[in-house]
Amino acid sequence: MTLGHDIRLELYRSQLELRYCEKRAYDLFLQNLIKGTSHLSLGQEAIAAGFGVAMRPDDWTFCTYRGHAHTLARGVSMTGVLGELMGRQCGLLGGKGGSMHLTDVSKGAMGSYAIIGAHLPVAAGAAWSAQYRGTEQVAVCFFGDGTTNIGAFHEALNFSVIWKLPVIFVCENNLYMEYTPISTVTAVEHPAADRASAYGLEKIIIDGNDADEVYHTAGKYMERARKGGGPALIECMTYRHSGHSRADPGKYRPEGELERWLERDPIKMYRERLLGLGIVEATLVDIEGESMRKVDEATEAAKASPVPSIDQIDKNVWADGSTAWRN
Amino acid sequence: MAELTYRDAVAAGIAQEMRRDENVVFLGEDIGAAGGVFKATVGLFEEFGPRRVRDTPISEQAILGAAMGAAMTGLKPIAEIMFSDFLAVCWDLVANEIAKTRYMTDGQITLPLVIRTANGAGSRFGAQHSQSVENWAMMIPGIKVIAPAFPADVKGLIAAAVRDPDPVIIFEQKSLYAFKGEVPDGDHVEEIGKAKVLRHGTDCTIVALALMVHRALAAAEILQRDHGISCTVVDVRSLVPLDTVTILAEVAKTGRLVTIEENPRLCGWGAEIASIVADEIFWDLDGPIIRITTPHIPLPSADLLEDNTIPSVERVVREIREKID
Repeated sequence: MTLGHDIRLELYRSQLELRYCEKRAYDLFLQNLIKGTSHLSLGQEAIAAGFGVAMRPDDWTFCTYRGHAHTLARGVSMTGVLGELMGRQCGLLGGKGGSMHLTDVSKGAMGSYAIIGAHLPVAAGAAWSAQYRGTEQVAVCFFGDGTTNIGAFHEALNFSVIWKLPVIFVCENNLYMEYTPISTVTAVEHPAADRASAYGLEKIIIDGNDADEVYHTAGKYMERARKGGGPALIECMTYRHSGHSRADPGKYRPEGELERWLERDPIKMYRERLLGLGIVEATLVDIEGESMRKVDEATEAAKASPVPSIDQIDKNVWADGSTAWRN
Repeated sequence: MAELTYRDAVAAGIAQEMRRDENVVFLGEDIGAAGGVFKATVGLFEEFGPRRVRDTPISEQAILGAAMGAAMTGLKPIAEIMFSDFLAVCWDLVANEIAKTRYMTDGQITLPLVIRTANGAGSRFGAQHSQSVENWAMMIPGIKVIAPAFPADVKGLIAAAVRDPDPVIIFEQKSLYAFKGEVPDGDHVEEIGKAKVLRHGTDCTIVALALMVHRALAAAEILQRDHGISCTVVDVRSLVPLDTVTILAEVAKTGRLVTIEENPRLCGWGAEIASIVADEIFWDLDGPIIRITTPHIPLPSADLLEDNTIPSVERVVREIREKID
């Protein structure tokens, strides 16, 4: 795969920012500065980064409750993300959404959806809108392997194919449906790709820990979709370094599995690749420092932000800004 | 003015809005080439073509999801869910996604979409094709809920729903589809959130919705003629937003409230109105609040059973006579 150094450095930077920000989110949880729950993408950053770099600024991202990385990868304010996790006024959603609903429409991050499968038809609808208006925008919809066993997955795939919609469905197969190995609850080996043929789609399985491969695949199928070629279903093989959510230490994983996947850490592999391509280490060290500084600054800015004012409770159910249900 | 059926008023309302705004699109099962299973959308496919009037597979989650995704990116979709009972298979989209997104995103995403659905009993379809589920929708913050009783309101409220920036669900009563009434020609838009006083009386105020409005009017006529009981009849039209100003004023004038609800008893919309009346104008009441509802049972199918399940004109007359006299 021939990619320019500038793209590769951008992919490296994006993965690092996602990694550092997710680690920071974890630390802030331990400090009780983030409440609720969180579902981290540690180990899966290459997918969000690969697509994020490949997407056009006006393309749309739809992601899940495990959506910090996909949202950040669209260039959304990191202060806004951490602020939302911390329940601060500066949060993307003013503290009304939390970790599982990160959204920044101005960056094409069209929402994080916390009910499994719901956002696949929603992404299809956005793609329909792009097709209808002839804008050549593409909707990219990320979801986990567990989503492939819910009805909305199948409804959305069939619907998108028959209407030839510009939507890319991206299954992040991290081998576990929450706490349960996906292989023990799925009729086929590849939960997404092995279903593709049922909808007349190509079987696509890629290494989700290889940012170059993700970037290349994303670009190829998004370009096809833009030109009216219809949807694609891409299964990205990856692994979650942490548990399902904050409450899950991941003890159900067989001994040695995590260690084997840590050897295939997308960022570690990518760094080695960049050095092998002749990029000087100082350049990478600079990016690493800048990325960490960005996370530090965002953390401090979010910490400094006040909590939302109580009067926000009664705002923004309706388009007129009110919550009134009676006169 | 032209005389239209309730079903023709559906098509007239949609057509009016599709002519006005290129971004209005319509999707659902059998709505296009077939003209709808209730023939309420006849002519739209011919006039606007398959690009704007799109037949879908039997995939209710896909229908509402697509409407939501389209609405957040510039279109104004009208989605049909053939029978309101089927909302149960896509309720996640209604209750968790469409209704909540604007608040959860603190106003970043607004969803100007319309869900139309055929609601209610009277067609002998049994428990899975006859329910009145407007109270399900009423319980969810973030979605407007309307249920027209007359063809003019069908056209005008569909138009208002399409123009509304927020999601609106319209419950069309399927046994009213053949009902005829005067409908204004040309551009006709009603206001969402306004009840309508259809009859003025002095002894009690009947508050009703959709098919029950017709039964309330018929019962009021009999009560006046045969029993000397004078009833006000209020057509609620909109459950969310709820026109409590009109309802409270009309109840205060007569001192008695009667709700006639097609939904099953528990948590029917009338319970909320009863609660508001009791809270706010208790001292204007001259007697207990009366709720006349479908019993708390799944709907039976046979003629005799169904007719004796949802509130009939005779039952309304009897209960009001027994309790108001």
